Amino acid sequence: MNPILLSPGDIAISAVLIVLDGVLSLVLRLNLHRQLAIATVRMVVQLVLIGFVLRFVFALSSPLVTLAVVVVMVAIAGREVAARPEQRLGRIGNYAIGASAVALATFLAATLALTTAIRPQPWYDPRYAIPLAGIILGNVLNGASLALDSMLSGVVRERPAIEAQLALGATFGAAIRGLVRASVRRALLPIINQMSAAGIITLPGIMTGQILAGMDPLEAAKYQILLMFLLSGGSALAAVVVVYLTAMRLTDDRQRLRIDRLTAAHQGRTP
Amino acid sequence: MPRGTTDATNPGEAVHIDASIARLKLAGLRSNLAGPFDLAVAPGECIAVSGPSGSGKSLLLRMIADLDPNEGDVSLDGRNRRDFSPPSWRRDVMYSAAEPGWWLDIAMQHFPGPTLTFARENMQRLGLAPGLLDSPVIRLSTGERQRIALLRVLALDPPVLLLDEPTAALDQDSTARVETLLRERLAGGTTVVMVSHNPEQAARLGHRRFFMRDRRLVAA
Repeated sequence: MNPILLSPGDIAISAVLIVLDGVLSLVLRLNLHRQLAIATVRMVVQLVLIGFVLRFVFALSSPLVTLAVVVVMVAIAGREVAARPEQRLGRIGNYAIGASAVALATFLAATLALTTAIRPQPWYDPRYAIPLAGIILGNVLNGASLALDSMLSGVVRERPAIEAQLALGATFGAAIRGLVRASVRRALLPIINQMSAAGIITLPGIMTGQILAGMDPLEAAKYQILLMFLLSGGSALAAVVVVYLTAMRLTDDRQRLRIDRLTAAHQGRTP
Repeated sequence: MPRGTTDATNPGEAVHIDASIARLKLAGLRSNLAGPFDLAVAPGECIAVSGPSGSGKSLLLRMIADLDPNEGDVSLDGRNRRDFSPPSWRRDVMYSAAEPGWWLDIAMQHFPGPTLTFARENMQRLGLAPGLLDSPVIRLSTGERQRIALLRVLALDPPVLLLDEPTAALDQDSTARVETLLRERLAGGTTVVMVSHNPEQAARLGHRRFFMRDRRLVAA
């Protein structure tokens, strides 16, 4: 692989386009130039910083430091999952559910790939483990947050239907089954779309990156295929964990629907 | 508890129900929102509860059915609710909400197995065309939905019915039809606890009438 390295001057030339964006905002009075400037600076600082951090972590090549980096990434992803829905399950319910689902799915999918398919030496080599965990995390986060949002908004919307089934003698599991199914489906649609579109409508990011870095396109495609399998498996696992943990938190030992454990602007109140 | 007491807040009520034959018995039933409630209801007896909106009438029914968190004792034919699995308790002590819920598209899909036969046979008795069962729920009027939801409950023939405003959305004729059906069930020994805004209905059906005041039951 012979990646073409970029000099600061090369990047500066492309920065002209950002300046163009700013001019456009001024001319058309989009009032976006301030936000654009902040976002641009943030992006550059964040990426350069993470570049230094990764370089440092790769050089250390310590399993403990690698694990710590992955744990921090998972913790941030858990917070993202928790923050999306309008409803909250208690004070830390959303977070506990989001973080545990994301952690489990990412850990399993990444470990599987590292120990059976990619097999770097050692298998926890940060150069492979961290980027792999990152890309899995991004997708798993998406699936988990869709599943959680679907469950929590669905349970508020479908409360009369769920309670009608309970009142007629259904078990909680049977009464919530429709919502569980809909939530897992919703979480899996993005990855299914991504797989159908891969290579035709979009050239997936990893494959593009590998090709730019000098890899043979077919080899890059194989990597992308492996990744897609990991992403779909990880998303499904995360969605299922989220949905079942949420369902468990929404009921009690008497199989009631405990909508009172949800807090939100429009919390359901018993008539 | 002394024999013959039906309501701890009002010992010596006119209708005496021997506690040993009470079908449904509440003792200290309460939550942080309502109660405590004490009540013993005999087989075939109808209790009518009225009171302003938000006074806790629905809460009472929901607590009896164990749909809302609650404390205290509830028993059916002397057997404590704790000894029932929640689904089997709710099958025996069945709550019917004022606004029924639907979880499938077509009305008939809410009637599993033999209950569909019961529904088809009894639609006309409630003034409904039997074909309505094949309609999407979304196309039914509020009153049609309310009556079909009642059939859903009656088809399972539970020993205790907890009815929350069963005729709120119905005209006079439909209300009379529903009451006829309920009277038959009462005569057959079904116990009914009913919330009704309509004082005449409470008088027509209720063997004993209560008023909900400050989230407590008061004999009317």
